[in-house]
Amino acid sequence: MRTIGEIATFVTSKNAGPFLLTLDIVFPDEATFRRFVAGRPLDRDTVARLYGLSPDDVVDIIEFEPAFAVKITLRRPWSSGAIGETDVYGAQQHVPLARHAIEWPEIAR
Amino acid sequence: MTPPMTVLAPLGMLGYGIPARSMERGLARDPAVLALDAGSTDPGPYYLGAGVPFVNRRAAKRDLTMILDAARDRRIPVLIGSAGGGGGRPHLEWTLDLYRELCRERGYRFRTAVIDAEVDRGWLRAQVAGGRVRPLDHDRALTAADVDQATRIVAQMGVEPFLAALDAGAEVIIAGRACDAAVIAAFPIRAGHDPGLALHMGKILECGGAAAYPRHGSDCLLGVIEEDAFTVEPPNPDKVCTVASVAAHSLYERANPYELHLPHGHIDLKGTRFEAAGDRAVRVAGTRFVPAATPTLKLEGVARVGFRTLAIAGVREPQLIANLDAYLDNVRTRVADTYPNGYRLMFHVYGRDGVMGPLEPVRGSRPHEIGLIIEVIADDAETSAAVLALARSVALHVTYPGRQAIAGNLAFPFSPSDLRAGEAYEFTIHHLVAVEDPGALFRVEMLAG
Repeated sequence: MRTIGEIATFVTSKNAGPFLLTLDIVFPDEATFRRFVAGRPLDRDTVARLYGLSPDDVVDIIEFEPAFAVKITLRRPWSSGAIGETDVYGAQQHVPLARHAIEWPEIAR
Repeated sequence: MTPPMTVLAPLGMLGYGIPARSMERGLARDPAVLALDAGSTDPGPYYLGAGVPFVNRRAAKRDLTMILDAARDRRIPVLIGSAGGGGGRPHLEWTLDLYRELCRERGYRFRTAVIDAEVDRGWLRAQVAGGRVRPLDHDRALTAADVDQATRIVAQMGVEPFLAALDAGAEVIIAGRACDAAVIAAFPIRAGHDPGLALHMGKILECGGAAAYPRHGSDCLLGVIEEDAFTVEPPNPDKVCTVASVAAHSLYERANPYELHLPHGHIDLKGTRFEAAGDRAVRVAGTRFVPAATPTLKLEGVARVGFRTLAIAGVREPQLIANLDAYLDNVRTRVADTYPNGYRLMFHVYGRDGVMGPLEPVRGSRPHEIGLIIEVIADDAETSAAVLALARSVALHVTYPGRQAIAGNLAFPFSPSDLRAGEAYEFTIHHLVAVEDPGALFRVEMLAG
């Protein structure tokens, strides 16, 4: 098992407009990207569980090959800066995803 | 055949600081236009509501001086979008005040256009009634009451108002809320360049040097658009654009990296190719513009939800940290004895879930210290201050199970402890409105002499 943060070059979060939070997983190369995507380690239920959300709040999981990246977009529990806000820019919400461990068997070289 | 055109984005946000060397090297490439974004919803709803910028005036003046000096010396136009951050009328006024001051001090004489992006409430109510408004990224339908209660409403303009201002002979355009890509794409589109490529280049340039590595600090970015491709390159010799840096930028702050929507259509990146052009530049081709059957404008509006007062404190006592929930409940109850309702009292507990709130998966950790922000929001500033003052004094002295350190529960880093944070706002409008003419809403005004 390896965490997504260990496999990826970086994992980040940021608002995509005031009502959405978008998480980017960027991989170092095409091979790692393909290996990750082929394992299908992330679906709506898994992501929702990581953040204590309903699967309906996981808007999209998109593979973006030009950047060897997987993008996950969540509905914010409230709009950016609303009463009760903890992270106006949404820039510190990536850690549960980065710490998520997935099957990643070592490949014999 | 349209000749290649060079566009220089001096930086990603007016007021974040243009590095002088990058600007000099960028200008040496003889750009046809300087175009930049000056706004965002990222800093939250306050700035649009209160009508104030989120950048410092002195810093914005420094950047604007560098830009306008270059425009005068080289006789090239300047396009600024989302002026003053929020892009509403007070934000335009703030930018214009700074601009006029600079014109006086430095003797600039530009033909200047100002483009208003605030939305008329009567018009918007009619659109709501006519069923032409739909929610964007959420499910809440817009109501006439939302329109009436909003403090300020802006619409994001596309390229059309910029084209109108250029047609009117503008050399400097100061625009209210605008799609960041449109600000940079307008000049190349007017020259006859492909809108798909121009808008994609605009989207990469709008963040300035952010699409180059290493990605730190505010910086310039150059774009050169040709018939069937464009190239982006950082003028800063210590940075490079790589396929990874430019492609990754397509992900930034967007829900869908394959599409970018503007009033008159969207760009489609499904067929986009990114390839290295030498060691420091990236060539991009294949991005297509898809016109919309019905143009739509993105609306942004905020409403005031009250006045905020807060106090910042720390806790080191292990017995208190172990009994934190009982302690905070106790504070809440004691405050309610005096002020039963008419406010919101909240505790931000750093060291526990201050950053992620209900999204925090780590529960039950026992930090050796915690940071506590006590926050009150009430309809008027005096109620907010009164409730916060009581909550702070109760929090300092109230008991909790096993309490031994009776002198005080909190470590305040500041005197005064209570901080009036002013008005609090919330985004209440984030909707799309269908329109016939995507430029009609935005009034273009040429400034006198």
